[in-house]
Amino acid sequence: MVLTQRNIVTRTWGSSVGKKSVMAVTGVIFLLFVITHMIGNLKIFFGQETFDAYSEHLRTLGAEIFGYGGVLWIIRVVLIASVLLHMAAAFSLWYRAKRARPVGYQHRSPQGSYAARTMRWGGVIILLFVIWHILDLTTGTVNPDPAGGAYEKLVASFDRPVVAIFYIVAMVALSFHISHGLWSAVQTLGGNSAVRQHSLKAFSVTVGVVIAVGFAIIPLSVMFGLVR
Amino acid sequence: MKLTLRVWRQKNADTKGKMVKYHLDDVDEDMSFLEMLDVLNEKLTLDDEDPVSFDHDCREGICGSCAMVINGVPHGPQKNTTTCQLHMRHFSDGDTIDVEPWRARAFPVIKDLVTDRSAFDQIIQSGGYVSVNTGSAPDAHATPVDKVSADDAFDAATCIGCGACVAACPNGSSMLFTAAKVTHLGLLPQGQPERATRAINMLAKQDELDFGGCTNVGACAEVCPKGIPLASISRLNHDVLGATLSGARAD
Ligand code: HEM
Ligand code: SF4
Ligand code: FES
Repeated sequence: MVLTQRNIVTRTWGSSVGKKSVMAVTGVIFLLFVITHMIGNLKIFFGQETFDAYSEHLRTLGAEIFGYGGVLWIIRVVLIASVLLHMAAAFSLWYRAKRARPVGYQHRSPQGSYAARTMRWGGVIILLFVIWHILDLTTGTVNPDPAGGAYEKLVASFDRPVVAIFYIVAMVALSFHISHGLWSAVQTLGGNSAVRQHSLKAFSVTVGVVIAVGFAIIPLSVMFGLVR
Repeated sequence: MKLTLRVWRQKNADTKGKMVKYHLDDVDEDMSFLEMLDVLNEKLTLDDEDPVSFDHDCREGICGSCAMVINGVPHGPQKNTTTCQLHMRHFSDGDTIDVEPWRARAFPVIKDLVTDRSAFDQIIQSGGYVSVNTGSAPDAHATPVDKVSADDAFDAATCIGCGACVAACPNGSSMLFTAAKVTHLGLLPQGQPERATRAINMLAKQDELDFGGCTNVGACAEVCPKGIPLASISRLNHDVLGATLSGARAD
């Protein structure tokens, strides 16, 4: 028989569903992060002091045990590991899909939702966005005000309309990725059923839209002068 | 009605194929799609040309033979309908219709529209069965099955193994087929002893045969002539992950 692997890591990584489950778990980790991040960002509407205090708080959180910025680094390491695993599984399944259909159709009429069919390129766009985003607002490398505090960097960045629009476009991509990714993760982990299908999809789309709006409202507010 | 057909013609597995155009002038709208192809083939035969090879058997939507992709959609535009049950009234006079074989590495083209789908048999052999001891038949109602499980198992059992799910899937995955089998057998008490190894072995076989990995796109369920729900894949995933965690083995 086919199955002789005793090791849970090779057993999991060795099957297409195992790889998918790694994507689901890492995807849920991103989702939890993204929601927390969004709620944190919304503090921008309570003024510069609150926002900078929040940025500082992230670094002093749990400092008695893990040192200054310790918790933040733990989160970063978990997220980086998740990104690497998520990407490795995505590219492996992508390669598998290419291999599975060496000759394509002459007449193409794609089935399935738009969000589902754009997971791969959408994911790549999100990754590129995340890299730019870190260089912009975390390290300040591509920010007009690299020495500024969190609040100043954010306002300086979104004062460039091209950048603000890029952020908004990336949030639309993220919204699509989550709209499919969330229900897909539940399906992958075995939690879906024919009865649950519609409500689960509706819930995922709602989460995707709420997240996109929750993030995009900030560059929009800077563009329209609500946040200075 | 008048139709223009563009049909994939390929001499054998080793030659390259191409789309070839044919015109039909007198297609009755009450013909099935296969009858329309029969008319084309009669014409080709009279013209001393090679008729178009295609698979068919029951012509009543239950055998799963009549595999062809019509205008980019496996089994054509009508939901829950096999090609043999698709009628020409769903097309209009003057239409151009593209007809291609299933496209998947695991389903190589043998000739024209005919593909070798024995990969599905291999998936079945790897776990799509229940083992029963021979001897006298057990009493009919010795094993109680609740109504919901019986109904759901029966629904899953309506899968005719046509392969439309693979043909439609952008990943070339056979998940819906495998999920239908795993659901059918896994819902019934008779299927329990082999439930974990069944899921894991059938998945391993489909992976090995170069079917793609599922990403829940849902194209399969949209084209499935038997309406196997997309969520059945979740049941397969559930059984596979459970078996992976518990380290189920078949040896
Ligand atoms: C290089 C970057 C990325 C690529 C190539 C990528 C690609 C993919 C692909 C192909 C899937 C599988 C779709 C499916 O099977 O339904 C997926 C799922 C998912 N992705 Fe991404 N993604 C990337 C980044 C991200 C990021 C940054 C997030 C979160 C902010 C994210 C969240 C998710 C979630 C929640 C899922 C659902 C997991 C599942 O379906 O089991 N991804 N991604
Ligand atoms: S699941 Fe549906 S589409 Fe796939 S083989 Fe079975 S009947 Fe055909
Ligand atoms: S010929 Fe049997 S299902 Fe179409």
